[in-house]
Order: sequence, then C-alpha cells, then structure tokens
Amino acid sequence: MARIMTPMESDILHEALRKRVFGRPGEMVIMAVLVLCATVSLVTTVLIVGVLIRESLTFFEEVSLRDFFLDTKWQPLFQPVSFGIWELVAGTLNVTLWALVLAVPVGLAVAIYLSEYAHTNTRRVLKPILEALAGVPTVVYAYFALTFVTQDVLRPLLGNQQVPIFNAFSASLMLAVMILPTIASISEDAMASVPRDLREAAYALGATKLEVAVRVVFPAALSGIIAAILLAIARVVGETMIVAVAAGSTPNLTLNPLAPIQTMTGFMLQVGLGDTERGSVDYEALFAVGMMLFVITLLFNIGAYFFVRRYREEYE
Amino acid sequence: MAHETRALRATGAVERRQIASNLSRYVFLGATLLGVSVLAFLAYQTISTGASTLSLDFLTSYPSRFADKAGVRPAILGSLWILFVTIAASIPVAVGTAIWIEEFAPKNRLLTIVKINLANLAGVPSIIYGILGLTIFVRFYGMDRSLLAGGLTLALMIIPMTVIAAQEAIRQVPPSLRDGALALGATRWQAVRYNVLPNAVPGIMTGLILSVSRAAGETAALIMIGGFTFLRFDPGPPPFWPPSSFLDSFRDAFTVLPIAIYGFTIDSRLEFQANAAAAIIVLMIGVLTLNLIAAIIRERFRRG
Repeated sequence: MARIMTPMESDILHEALRKRVFGRPGEMVIMAVLVLCATVSLVTTVLIVGVLIRESLTFFEEVSLRDFFLDTKWQPLFQPVSFGIWELVAGTLNVTLWALVLAVPVGLAVAIYLSEYAHTNTRRVLKPILEALAGVPTVVYAYFALTFVTQDVLRPLLGNQQVPIFNAFSASLMLAVMILPTIASISEDAMASVPRDLREAAYALGATKLEVAVRVVFPAALSGIIAAILLAIARVVGETMIVAVAAGSTPNLTLNPLAPIQTMTGFMLQVGLGDTERGSVDYEALFAVGMMLFVITLLFNIGAYFFVRRYREEYE
Repeated sequence: MAHETRALRATGAVERRQIASNLSRYVFLGATLLGVSVLAFLAYQTISTGASTLSLDFLTSYPSRFADKAGVRPAILGSLWILFVTIAASIPVAVGTAIWIEEFAPKNRLLTIVKINLANLAGVPSIIYGILGLTIFVRFYGMDRSLLAGGLTLALMIIPMTVIAAQEAIRQVPPSLRDGALALGATRWQAVRYNVLPNAVPGIMTGLILSVSRAAGETAALIMIGGFTFLRFDPGPPPFWPPSSFLDSFRDAFTVLPIAIYGFTIDSRLEFQANAAAAIIVLMIGVLTLNLIAAIIRERFRRG
C-alpha cells in the first residue's frame, strides 16, 4: 500500500517543491528585498577593501613603499618623521608570541580534560563558564592588565626598575585570558568529534588514558586544534583595547615582554583619539597600517577556515 | 632467564604508565580550574574595588574632574540608544540574508562567495569597522560623530555573526514543516513566512542577543568614530520626546559605557580606578543579563 519513499525520491520531490515559482506578484518584491539584504555583506567587504586601498594609495604617494618596508623606525608624530612598519609589526608579534606561550598549553590541557576526562555533567557546567570568559568586553581585560597585572603583581614582584608602567607582558597575560576559551572550546569540539573506535582500539592494545588522549585523540584532532590556534592569533592581532591601554605607545623593535611597545592596532587607536587633520600624513598612515592589519588577520582567518573544513571532512 | 627479566621490566613500565596516566587527570583538571578561577578572581577584584563607588549618584551623574562626583549617566544613555540603532538596523538585514541563503539562494558559486565572505567579515578586527564607519558614515554621509554613525558602524560589525547564527537556527527547523506547507499548495515565501520562520525565531533571538552583547562591550570601533568625549548632556531622544525631534536627536554626539571605563582606566589619578571598576560592574551586569536571556531562550525552546 503506502510505500515509504527512498531517500533519493524524497530528495527529488523536495527539490521539485522548492523550485516552484512564486505564486503571487508581491513575492517577487520580497525576493528582491532578500537579495538586497544579502548584498549588504558583500558591499561591506568591498567598502572595507576600497577605503583601505584608496587612502593607503594617498599615503604611499608621500611615503615610498621602500621606506614603509625597509625603514626600522616608526615615528609619524614628530620630526624627523619616519614610517618603518616593522616596529609596529614587532609590537604585535611580541604580544601575540607571549599570549600564545601562555594560552596554548593551558587551553589545550582544558580541552583534553573536558573532552577525555570530565564527566558529562562536569563538562556541561564548566564549558559555559569558560565560554563566559569569551563574552567579557576587552576593555575590562584592559583595565585588569594595567591596574591589577602591572600595578599589583608585576611591579611588586620584579621591582619598579624592571617593569615599566606600560609593558607588553601585562597585555599578553590578559590577551591569553581572552583567547583561552577560543582555544579550549574549538579544540574540545575537534577532540569530541574523533570517532570512539580510535580510542577503543588504542585501549584494546593496552594504552593508558593519558596515552589515548595525547597520542591518539590529540593527533587525530590536530587540524581542528590548528584552526583554533589560528583563530586565536587573528583575535590577538586585531585586539585593540588591551594593548592600547596596557602595552604603551612606544614603537619598539623587540620581543622582550617587559618592554613598552606599540602594536599596529595601538597606533590606529592613538590616531583615532587625537584630532588628526584629514589629509595629513599620519591620518593616511592609519589606513596603511589598517591595510597591513586587515591582510594579516585575513590570512589567519582563511587558514583557520581551511583547517576547520578539513577536520569536518575527516570525521563529521 | 632473559625472558623473565624482560617481563619484569615490562611490569615496571606498565606501572609507570599507569601512574603517569592517573596523575595526568589532576594536571588537566588543574588547568581547567585555573581558567575558571581566573574568572572568579577577576569578578572578586572588580567588586571589591568598585562596589563602594557604585551608587545611584554614580549612575545618574555627569562626568567630573573629581572622582567622587564623576558618573556615567551620558555613557549609559549613549550605550542604550546606540544599541537601539544597531538592533533596528541589523535585524532586518541579518535575518533577510540568512533566509535568502538558506531558503532561496541558487546553490552556485555566488552562494559560496557570500558564505566565505560572511565568515571572513566575522573575523575582521573591530577597529577596521571603526575606520570604515569613520570614512563612510561620519565623513562621506556627513553624519558627524553621532549616535547614528556609531549605531550603524556596530550594525555592520555584528551583521556577519548574526547571519551565521540565524542560518543555523533556520537549518534546525525540520524540512517536513516546509515540505508539508509546499505540498498543500503554499508558495515558497508562504512556507518560509508561516512555517519556517516562527520555528526559527528562538534560535535567531539567541544569536541576535549574543551579537548585541558583543556590540555593548565594543570600545575601539566607537573611539575611532569619535566616542571619546566628555558629555555634559543626555545624548539621544529626551524623555517624552515630541515625534518631530526623535530622529534629529540621533545626530547628537555620544559616548558609551565601555569608553567611560577606558577613560577612567587611563586617568593618571589613581582614585579613578574605583570608578572604572564600578562602571565595569554596570557593564558586566548588562552583558551577563543579555547572555542569561539568550541561554534561557535556548533552553526553553530546545526541541520544543
């Protein structure tokens, strides 16, 4: 009598029903509005790229690409002006490096605990709490970096001589707290999607829990873990408030965590705070640095997208 | 003989491996507790520093040179009105985009480009949205450094993540609901409007609220478009606004709560740190309330 459709037949029916044209004339208007909505995001991208390129070109009329990439001093605000981007890139690299050194081991340990050791109920309680860390506005972390980390911990511990009031490390520490949930949560997702069979097979061969976690699950989830770290890097590189408040505004070609530095975002905020004249070189420099920042974060985001797709293909 | 010693050695190794494995549990647990206790510790620090400053006066006073008189009234109003603009501008666009992608878009290269573009926009640093808003809204459209320019900038910033959440919500609606409507002769739009959307609303709301809580804490983008000012008046529509001045008042200059926190934090006079902590308590109550509402909606409508 009534026959159940095969999945293929149901797909065909489904598509046929979906493809039916609009019944009422007013619905073409609705369709047009929906398409218009979808173009907003495309227009946003075009505008971002357009604005950055256009204003950067004005900047590069006055400062040669050669100076931008080969000078070693970033000194836009006083004479003699000099626009060597590397001091700002080094500042960003400095805080990113130390934030990763702090956050990656802890983040991965948290991910392993939640995925391999924790009871389901424990995970259900702990994961939302950790993710709440990701919802804290970064200006709050900025406040902690300057007041608590520098004034209450680093300076009493190492002495005021050693620790300038603005230093890269206080920012790195709070950046690490900021990205910890990103690393832990995405890595945990990747580990949780490793098939049970792999674990069971390893146990059957006599592996201990630790060995299963570190030598079976961890490598199997590696592409998801790499994606998590790349996303975290993109967030650190683009973060503004923490570094602007706590790391200082002294461009500095160093990876020393206790030095005052300035990052790319830090410089951009500095220009935004001052009433720089439109058309002046340092106003245009905002866009050249913005371009650099945009390209760097884009590369890391695309990398993360690629790795996420890869682990989805592997196990999901 | 040789065989025996090897067996014994193996036993010792197994024991060591077991001990290492048992210890590892506490190492990984310790790391997790470290993460959770950081959150608890930061909350404790803020409350112990800021609680004594937090009062009705603090909420209703204007900024001041004196720490004990300085309040966050314009910042709170600015935050509320900016979020009003952000929500009004982003809901239709984000939901429309998600509906188009999930229900109507032809499955071709254009769709792939739209999707990848959204994923990338969601990762663009907020300060870049700030310079976009500065160039387009503040300068090109001549909105000046206003509530309107700030709200629209934040709307552009949260649209990508709201779209991604709304897409997820629409995808969760069982296809049978849509197909049933289509089988009964509904047009595609009718099926979406009356069967799919009502069932996706809780998921869309959850995503929207989380995006708005992100916007509520945004600082850098709004500093770029000129939100770092000391206001001695209430930005936005006055209470009992006459309809004629409602739209005009969105051209007011603005500041927001996160920028007030920034201002208190970088003040060289240390007594302002208590004001920063008090303002953080206010902001966090707002952000956590939003997150709580999102969590409640998500729980209540889970497989309803």
